[in-house]
Amino acid sequence: MRRHLKHLRYVMGENPVTVFAFSLFTLILFLAIFGPWITPYDPLATEAANTLKPPSWDHLFGTDHLGRDVFSRVIAATRLDLGIAVSAVALSFLLGSALGCSAGFWGGWTDRIVGRFSDTIMAFPLFVLAMGIVAAMGNTVENIIYATAIINLPFYARVARAETAIRRNAGFVHAARLTGSGEVRILATQLFPNILPPMMVQISLNMGWAILNAAGLSFIGLGVRPPAAEWGIMVAEGANYIVSGEWWLAIFPGAALMLAVFCFNLLGDGLRDLVDPLRRT
Amino acid sequence: MGSRLIQVGRRLAQALPSVFGVIVISFVLTRALPGDPAVYFAGAMADEESIEQVRRALGLDRTWIEQFLIYVGNLANGDWGMSLSTGRPVTEELMQRLPASLELTLLGLGLAVAVAVPLGVLAATRPDSWVDHLCRLLVTAGVSLPTFFTGLFLVYIFYYLLGWAPSPLGRLDILYLSPPQVTGFYVIDSLIAGDGETLGAALAQLVLPAATLGLFALAPIARMTRAAMLGALGSEFVRTARAGGLSSAVVLGTYAFRNAALPVLTTLGMVFSFLLGANVLVEKVFSWPGIGSFAIEALVASDYAAVQGFVLAMALLFVCVNLAIDVILTLVDPRVGLDE
Repeated sequence: MRRHLKHLRYVMGENPVTVFAFSLFTLILFLAIFGPWITPYDPLATEAANTLKPPSWDHLFGTDHLGRDVFSRVIAATRLDLGIAVSAVALSFLLGSALGCSAGFWGGWTDRIVGRFSDTIMAFPLFVLAMGIVAAMGNTVENIIYATAIINLPFYARVARAETAIRRNAGFVHAARLTGSGEVRILATQLFPNILPPMMVQISLNMGWAILNAAGLSFIGLGVRPPAAEWGIMVAEGANYIVSGEWWLAIFPGAALMLAVFCFNLLGDGLRDLVDPLRRT
Repeated sequence: MGSRLIQVGRRLAQALPSVFGVIVISFVLTRALPGDPAVYFAGAMADEESIEQVRRALGLDRTWIEQFLIYVGNLANGDWGMSLSTGRPVTEELMQRLPASLELTLLGLGLAVAVAVPLGVLAATRPDSWVDHLCRLLVTAGVSLPTFFTGLFLVYIFYYLLGWAPSPLGRLDILYLSPPQVTGFYVIDSLIAGDGETLGAALAQLVLPAATLGLFALAPIARMTRAAMLGALGSEFVRTARAGGLSSAVVLGTYAFRNAALPVLTTLGMVFSFLLGANVLVEKVFSWPGIGSFAIEALVASDYAAVQGFVLAMALLFVCVNLAIDVILTLVDPRVGLDE
């Protein structure tokens, strides 16, 4: 553990960008957990006398067309956006690693079926497939999560398959087999923990893309319904006002979305350096 | 040459399972409608008898395999269903709007390639220079940009603040008439008609949305070009070429770039997939009358046949693009055909 911390400090010291990304990540996590309690105004409260006001000390990010405080809404939206992305990524991680590990471990028909399945999903433009899935299953937040999970599944399955396949005949696997462990047990207790580091990198690189994807779906009117505060919807609502110069409606939630995605991408790069120094760019 | 033809034929055959998979998923999506599709299509006023009638008309009372074969047969005959919101066949609606989307996507991709490839090559030839740092910054920032946000940002700056761009509403300003339809690409059609004014207007409308798509596609292409060029420049054949006294232009252009172009071409396939998705968002931001806008309208109106047709059309288009890229790769790759 101590050695890991030392290595972590070394990587952080080497790359100030990772430190920045890590602080940003902590902030986002904080806002997602405590956001609803620290907003200065109720994110849903409308105020007819105070609509479309530019940023001021009272309303840091201004107010929207219904007089709602944009700052409070941007903060309150963190939980929903992050929640969707985390659930989707968790789902595709679990399912993807199960499929990928079995394919890499047993090979043969399992491998062929899983490979064909991922190839078929990848044959679609992924965002378009997500649109189709949500249209077919119904326009709800849960289905946004399922759609995002399905389109990300192949990435996890591929990494898990590749990492399992190269360790399939490793010494520790033979040793476990000699001690009488069953195949499933070897896969779960010996191989799976060993492929976790590259999978973690994949999660972190994938998280930003999952957030973007979910926000894009709600931008075109799928999933999250108004008046809920969500970055994609807020940008969509603000889009109508940008041509008349009320920029704060769309720019602030858009910037929040961009920062969150940027943070996860930087973190992913940093984590990859930590796990695999050879692949540094 | 013969071996190359065989290779190309093999690639064509490899696309068949993809097409089959795409059709299967598309079929599953059409049958996964919430609730009973027969009840949905029969309408709100339907009684038991008419629901049963619709069920038989749609073939929903048969086995899954029969239903699938009917579905494939219909697709092959060009019967992709009727759009409920417009009352016209889905294929007609899609074909009519496809040129608008393609014009935008291809120009966006072209812009991205024109900027990203030289940038990646420069960054690879001058490691740790300002070009390299710029390239890295663009690559990290570029993948974090939500396309709809970039689009709105550009509209705010270039339309509202500077007033350089025309209003972001559609393919042509309302002052102009669309050029006589030949290809459906306004830029090409106005060139054919020799109408310089319309050409200018069409280009002016295209610049911002295409730049938005270009910014989005820039990052992965630049990243791949840089990495591939770094790999090629560090390889032994480049060292040998240098040692042989070839000029640096020949080494860079003929030896390094030709080999680095292969992974970049492969990346273009992935980028195109992302672009087709991003296109939907950009079309909404700029009220672009393409298939993306059509799909969004259909989604809002629960017009399932139209949405499924859109998804299937995009997937088939993507399969074709991948196939084209694979064929080009086979033809370009200097190593193919050497084994025999």
